[in-house]
Amino acid sequence: MSETTHDATVAVSATAAPDEGLTAPELAAKHGLSVSGARPSLIEYVRQLWDRRHFILAFSRAKLTAQYSQAKLGQLWQVATPLLNAAVYFFIFGLLLEADRGMSREVYIPFLVTGVFVFTFTQSSVMAGVRAISGNLGLVRALHFPRASLPISFALQQLQQLLFSMIVLFAVAIGFGSYPDLSWALIVPVLALQFCFNTGLAMIMARAGAKTPDLAQLMPFVMRTWMYASGVMFSIPIFLKDKPDWIANLLQWNPAAIYMDLMRFSLIDGYGSENLPDHVWAVAGGWAVLFALGGFVYFWKAEERYGRG
Amino acid sequence: MAEQKQDARIPTVIADDLHIVYRVNGAKTGKGSATAALSRMLRRGSDDAARGVRKVHAVRGVSFVAYRGEAIGLIGSNGSGKSTLLRAIAGLLPAEQGKVYTDGQPSLLGVNAALMNDLTGERNVILGGLAMGMSREEIKDRYQQIVDFSGINEKGDFITLPMRTYSSGMAARLRFSIAAAKDHDVLMIDEALATGDRKFQKRSEDRIRELRKEAGTVFLVSHNNKSIRDTCNRVLWLERGELRMDGPTDEVLKEYEKFTGK
Repeated sequence: MSETTHDATVAVSATAAPDEGLTAPELAAKHGLSVSGARPSLIEYVRQLWDRRHFILAFSRAKLTAQYSQAKLGQLWQVATPLLNAAVYFFIFGLLLEADRGMSREVYIPFLVTGVFVFTFTQSSVMAGVRAISGNLGLVRALHFPRASLPISFALQQLQQLLFSMIVLFAVAIGFGSYPDLSWALIVPVLALQFCFNTGLAMIMARAGAKTPDLAQLMPFVMRTWMYASGVMFSIPIFLKDKPDWIANLLQWNPAAIYMDLMRFSLIDGYGSENLPDHVWAVAGGWAVLFALGGFVYFWKAEERYGRG
Repeated sequence: MAEQKQDARIPTVIADDLHIVYRVNGAKTGKGSATAALSRMLRRGSDDAARGVRKVHAVRGVSFVAYRGEAIGLIGSNGSGKSTLLRAIAGLLPAEQGKVYTDGQPSLLGVNAALMNDLTGERNVILGGLAMGMSREEIKDRYQQIVDFSGINEKGDFITLPMRTYSSGMAARLRFSIAAAKDHDVLMIDEALATGDRKFQKRSEDRIRELRKEAGTVFLVSHNNKSIRDTCNRVLWLERGELRMDGPTDEVLKEYEKFTGK
């Protein structure tokens, strides 16, 4: 039977008389064909990604809407979910464990709620990032688009989710005596920096998760450790004042703690700059740039390999 | 074949000794138990096979050259690697070995994966269009055309309902209408013809013929020998991932029918 194959192939290539004798790469070069599925240059990749900006935005918004479309209360859950989340943490850490050491109730409650929301933003970006490629193989194998669209889109979805949470957060802050003032304007750069950091991290996790889908099982534990170490529900300097300085510094300079502290500083009247570590803005910017650029390049390096099962 | 020769024979797709391999985790012995998984992980430093990653060699060394103006049918029994080959040509599946060269960006006809059942048909038209790389203006221009073509609104205002409320036929029609709204250089169709009722089938066949005229080269995967005969002038026959035969439709189909009929 294999002889049939051979004869047929030969017969066809014989009809290609003008190009006969050329190897496939030579033939491709002669007619200006390019390798299918090859990785574009970094600049070209950025350009392709920019062309897909509408898709990235539409996809993130579609995911966000689809999330609660079966629920009776519908989009109300966008606000209700973070509110319930904050209530649970307040009940456990504020009332049962009294983790509000060193802070008045007026400061602690917005402190806790801000921490939970800001950390959830990073946490869910990471979790969505891990599954960005491995959970969307059907899409990756069916359509052409720069694959970075997916992790970026998921990070964007989390940003929009956070904006809903901000409504709750503003209500809580005002309810506990922190009224809108000029420092609230700092929320915008803080969110922008955190979004850059999250997107970079999501792209790193997307590449790792595409190669090792098991990360989706592992990451919740990593994220929980990170959450408890970042002072979401307690103040790091107060709780660690008996320990060597470097431990508290290390914890405070970790990106999650930095963005939480900056958000609290912007939002809460009783949370002044004495609670912030040194060089806080520089560190916040550094983390954002490092992860956004590093994550993007790292993700792009494997562009042509996404989709292999 | 004679008429193609006059066409100066410009190649649009060149496959050069193409191999595609799928890797499946933890399917080596069929034992899914935790201890089996653990012992696989502990066997470190060894190759894929020992770590329980099973390889499926779906396409084995396929080479061919497709020219402008050709409509090429892909035939073969189930699991012979037809769809995989299409995906590799489109650059969607990375090649294990060998290369595919293409002129422009080949695209698969299909947007199923980008659509979301929880969204309205309306939003899915926009999302699907964007996913295929159309601009917002293009989608706006063709929106009404897509909806009319799908016939979704023939029985009331269904386009503003979530897609999960559609019957399977309606959903399939909308998916095809979205997918067929874009023009393509190299177009690949994977058994998309058999959706919807008779009326819609006829409409989609017409649309495919139109797309073929606009596209440089068309690939069609189908198990329906009649639709291959109607639309294709060349056929690639794949069996077990190998190119078994490549030639004019009549010759290959005759051999294929002999092979399957026995």
